[in-house]
Amino acid sequence: MNNLVEKVKKFEPPKEKKFLHTLFDGFFTFLFTPNTVTKGPGVHVRDRMDLKRTMVMVVIALQLCYLFGTYNIGHQHFVALGQHTAFLEAVHLKIVYGLIQILPIFVVTHVVGLGIEFFYAAKKGHPIEEGFLVSGALIPLIMPPDIPLWILTLAIAFAVILGKEAFGGTGMNVVNIALLARVFVFFAYPTTISGDQCWVSGIEYSGAQAVGEMYGWAHHAFDWLFNGLGMSTFGEGGRAVADGFTGATPLALATQGWENVTAHYSPMQMFWGAIPGSIGETSKPLIIIGALMLAITGVASWRIMVSCLFGAAFMAIVFNLWGFDSYMDIPWYFHFYIGSFWFAMAFMATDPVTASSTNTGKWIYGFGIGALGIIIRVMNLAYPEGWMLAILFMNVFAPLIDHYVLQANINRRMKRVKQVAG
Amino acid sequence: MRKGSTRLLLITSFLFLQQLAHAQSVEGSGSGTLTLTLLAIVVLIAFFVIIQVSDNLLRIEAKKTGVEGAETNLSIFPGVGELFKTKAPSYADGAVITLSKGFDIKLEGAATGPVDESVKANTFAMQPPNFRGVSPIPKVVVEVGDTVKAGDHLFFDKKNTDVKYVAPVSGEVIAVNRGERRAITEVVILADKNQQFRELSAFDLEKGSREELVNFLLDSGGWSLLRQRPYDIVANHTEVPDNIFISTFDTAPLAPNQDVVVEGKGEAFQKGLDVLNKLTSGKVFLGLNANGEKAPSAIFTQAQGVEKRWFQGKHPSGNVGIQIHHTAPLTPKSCVWTLGVQEVITLGALFTERRFNAERVVALTGAELNAPKYVRTYIGANIGDLLKDNLTDNHIRVVSGDVLSGQTKSSDGYLNFYDDQITELKEGDYYDIFGWLLPDLSSPSASKALPTWIFPDTTFKADTNTKGEKRAFVVTGQYEEVLPMDLYPQHLMKAILTNDYEKMEGLGIHELVEEDIAICEFTCTSKQPLQQILRKGLDMMHEQG
Repeated sequence: MNNLVEKVKKFEPPKEKKFLHTLFDGFFTFLFTPNTVTKGPGVHVRDRMDLKRTMVMVVIALQLCYLFGTYNIGHQHFVALGQHTAFLEAVHLKIVYGLIQILPIFVVTHVVGLGIEFFYAAKKGHPIEEGFLVSGALIPLIMPPDIPLWILTLAIAFAVILGKEAFGGTGMNVVNIALLARVFVFFAYPTTISGDQCWVSGIEYSGAQAVGEMYGWAHHAFDWLFNGLGMSTFGEGGRAVADGFTGATPLALATQGWENVTAHYSPMQMFWGAIPGSIGETSKPLIIIGALMLAITGVASWRIMVSCLFGAAFMAIVFNLWGFDSYMDIPWYFHFYIGSFWFAMAFMATDPVTASSTNTGKWIYGFGIGALGIIIRVMNLAYPEGWMLAILFMNVFAPLIDHYVLQANINRRMKRVKQVAG
Repeated sequence: MRKGSTRLLLITSFLFLQQLAHAQSVEGSGSGTLTLTLLAIVVLIAFFVIIQVSDNLLRIEAKKTGVEGAETNLSIFPGVGELFKTKAPSYADGAVITLSKGFDIKLEGAATGPVDESVKANTFAMQPPNFRGVSPIPKVVVEVGDTVKAGDHLFFDKKNTDVKYVAPVSGEVIAVNRGERRAITEVVILADKNQQFRELSAFDLEKGSREELVNFLLDSGGWSLLRQRPYDIVANHTEVPDNIFISTFDTAPLAPNQDVVVEGKGEAFQKGLDVLNKLTSGKVFLGLNANGEKAPSAIFTQAQGVEKRWFQGKHPSGNVGIQIHHTAPLTPKSCVWTLGVQEVITLGALFTERRFNAERVVALTGAELNAPKYVRTYIGANIGDLLKDNLTDNHIRVVSGDVLSGQTKSSDGYLNFYDDQITELKEGDYYDIFGWLLPDLSSPSASKALPTWIFPDTTFKADTNTKGEKRAFVVTGQYEEVLPMDLYPQHLMKAILTNDYEKMEGLGIHELVEEDIAICEFTCTSKQPLQQILRKGLDMMHEQG
């Protein structure tokens, strides 16, 4: 064990080379928890739990979403083309297709995000903090599968530099980093992340031209392999969509009422997630498994999750009663089948840094997100989904909520002072 | 507020039911099923109402005849409290305050068995830094080479010359050690084989006035036993405390069982309580342990002239600060005194034995000891003498006190004045490969992200590794889970770090001392030094007055 430490330590660059040293320190503490001991005055024993473990719990909870999301990219692609439409048909093609789409997104996210993080850590002379582990795992899952990588790069640089480093690094940011990246894309390059044509990967809506040749060489390489194994191949791939296919998500369809949605997707299909959408948010049961894991281990606040659920249900019921248009008439429980409510509730709203920090505040904060998200979804048809904006909005209000909760505590205490005095 | 939320609940459930009915009427093939279902519900409700009414009538009657009391419940429905509260032990003769928050760090090496009388220490020391509020360089009235009796004056604070600090044992003063900036850290005495005591004049509690009593205590050395909150300083003799609090149990890791400590000291303990009653304008509160299967020592439960409060819960429910919070919460202007059980005994002995009896039962604890045990010695005993031949390993840390808020000592250091415990634990300067990722069953954790919570009865070998690096405050709500107080520790810490006096006061800094917040520091994911931050804040507040 100590030999291994010695071997790794040999590579340690001198302290003068700031960037290299920070980088080494980052990887070294990734490999080994350091040998520091507690110093008095204070506790002599520390809890096994540290921030790295907290963060990695979230990343683990996201893994099922990654698996399903990767497969679903491929599945949606082939469904759009009218090939291999059964879910478990041509599994190898769908997995390879999905991986070829998601790996560049994942790699770019981490290279850009961690690169900026390392740079600032070296500059400020503090150790690399693990905040980006979670942001980096979340960002690919909330992007459309065909997002151009240069837009992704810009978005992440914007979010990490202005959203986090400008405020002082991990633990200091006001709004959720992952959502800030997404909202940047949403407002700066709206066509890449809204409308009906971005949610299914690698297809062309007009004509039979092959587009998306970006990874053509990779597909050809795998074709060679699959051909040799006697399996179905990508082929030249008429990339035009099959007749009658729309890439529209259930949310876009829902503006014309629930019947319009069920004409395209069955409720079970929407529940299990074999529908177009952002990469990681479609499969509800897998997200719920992740959410339960976070809630049970206490890494994410169950209070926020539960109150978020109540807030959304409450608002949807109110809209049902109002019943002004066909969107409002969608039965309230079906709101949980469409869109990215579950992903937002489990992984976005519960970010401890940007959420309300008091327990009472968490109830209010979660309820606010749930209610606001449904309001934006139903009332503002220009925005296809409400959670991103609802969470960012409540992020900004979280300190205010906390202020009033703390003030209530202070007032209780001051009342006691007066009672004693009087 | 409460009415508002009820109304909200009613409206929500109404909406919900309406939706259900709506769904039914749309889907249902005929309205027959719906009507039948509704009818069934109505019948059920009527049935429930009848039972509820008769049950209530029965209870009203029972209350009239006095059959039903606090303990018995004749109703067929369990009370809300019965469902969620852990049952109070039968030996508790008063209301039990149950604290659901907290965390017990279960470590190996608890002291057991009767007190070992054979272990003797040779040197003893009074350590001025133990007394908070005393200036770093007090006036030492003895010189190296002087012989002193137990109870003779050793030093006093130059700013507050009335409070005298006395020798715990008789013998020869062999050293006056100085630390940084010439601050006096230790006055060391080589103890005599046969202890000599300074005879005190008899003091009649019945006849003497409070002022005479205070003067007696100041001169005899008894005053140093009293500590004052807020700020945890040596009590100010010009003030009269609102109340005096004593906790008769300690929930800290490996803490000594006070039942063992108090054995055979009943008379002195009771006398000490009587003295305290005379000193306060309010009451003397005794915090009793309702955690055990057996009742605590009769000396505690049968104590006279005190208000008893039973407490049940994990650490820190045995901390006097937590007990004060649930009895009569402190305000910035309040002044209360606190004592440990052995301090009360020493205080009582000033009257029953007419001498300063500094005897202490000390628990030697920790997994690194051959035989963890209780020993009988005196205040300020040399730790090396007490641990002789008992250590298994050299690479250890010696702590006077418990692992949460004790002080690191060198192996020839001295037991702190207010401590009744010495803990040994391994130094944790090792590297741990993927220590942040792999599930670990070998170290304690309050988090459910580690598998240790599945086995709640495991005991651990503690070590001093930080188990991670220091980070900014990220995780929220974590401190509140282990601190049974109506208080927001993380926000308080941030207020201290930003020197926001008003907020510090508002968020209740005066209700805390280091030992209360120690369990939060243990669980802290970001490895923040909460006790240091709190002390900085307390000192700032104290200076401001």
